[in-house]
Amino acid sequence: MQITLNGQIQNIENSQTVAELLEELQVAHKKTVVERNGIIVMEELHKEEGLKDGDRIEIIHFVGGG
Amino acid sequence: MNTEERFSRQRLFHGIGRSGQKKLEESHVIVIGAGALGSLTAESLVRAGIGRLTLIDRDYVEVSNLQRQQLYTEADAAAYTPKAEAAKRRLLDIRSNAVIDIIVGEADPAVLENCLPADLIIDGLDNMETRLMINDTALKHRIPWIYGACVGAYGLSYTVTPEEGPCLRCLMKGIPMEGETCDTMGIIAPAVQFVSATQVTEAMKLLTHSFKQLRGTLWSFDVWSNESSSIRVDSLQDVHCPSCGESPTYPALAWSGRSKAETLCGRDAVQVKPLPDMQVSLERTADAHKKHLSKANQHLLVLNIENKRLVLFKDGRAIIHGVSGEVEARSLYQRYIGG
Repeated sequence: MQITLNGQIQNIENSQTVAELLEELQVAHKKTVVERNGIIVMEELHKEEGLKDGDRIEIIHFVGGG
Repeated sequence: MNTEERFSRQRLFHGIGRSGQKKLEESHVIVIGAGALGSLTAESLVRAGIGRLTLIDRDYVEVSNLQRQQLYTEADAAAYTPKAEAAKRRLLDIRSNAVIDIIVGEADPAVLENCLPADLIIDGLDNMETRLMINDTALKHRIPWIYGACVGAYGLSYTVTPEEGPCLRCLMKGIPMEGETCDTMGIIAPAVQFVSATQVTEAMKLLTHSFKQLRGTLWSFDVWSNESSSIRVDSLQDVHCPSCGESPTYPALAWSGRSKAETLCGRDAVQVKPLPDMQVSLERTADAHKKHLSKANQHLLVLNIENKRLVLFKDGRAIIHGVSGEVEARSLYQRYIGG
């Protein structure tokens, strides 16, 4: 499946949901804000929110450095 | 020094003009942290003609800072000069009539409240716990503040205003504790510059009352992989948020809402206890610190860092041997374990 992730087109092989995508990108253990096609996906819905070909996904994770 | 000439190019810019420049020159901004982000932001503000700057930092200059912390020199590192003091000296070289107050110490709620009133607080910190304290102080006193952070080539920023939108606590819902810090993942200077540039631009908009131009999104980028993202986060505003909700309690200002550091009698060691809602993974921490790891079992792991020994327990507690005191212990914990 092809999605646009943070502005870049990417092929996603193993993820059917937002939760699986976060695992695949190795950010599942971090605090994140996720948007799918312009709408924020609340954390408690990450497991239910399915992905479709052509989705525009934005993921921002928090870091503490500076 | 002819101030008319000095700020002439900034005044020419349509977004600032004569009245905007006057507002900048009447502003008081507090920058917390004088590491890579904070020192860069302080320099930009002083060059821009900010009326008064308060700079708070607990640390001293080290050689490993010089690759990105642009105000500091080899002489500062050799002399262990506190960052806030080294920064002030250099900033006064840049603009001799600047008004700069410094505090060499930890930014706790009392220290920060003593620095008020201020028009704006800017985050140049290296840990989340103090950021939540800024979040609560700023909201309590109805002052805007600008979050900024970076690791590796990645950075992000968000502007919190008391009038509208979610605060940092609404966005994070807890404290990330993933052990990814500049001391474990590294950091390149352009990532810092990107974040600082964004924070200073937002600061200029706030201070000149150009509120319509505020970005209004949570924004991130990675200068190495060329990804960037901008998300409108209005829907994450929580009416029950203890910091910005209907009945705020400002938990990060209470003693119980802070991590604890205490000297262990007769052991040349300090125990650091993180906040109750922080979760530590021994496995991930061990993974992030392979080169520092000296022992690990199911209850704890032992790291040798900077000639100190840090023993991290599964409950997030750490006993740190060989540090000079509680401030250094807390700093080491936040830089290597997180929080």
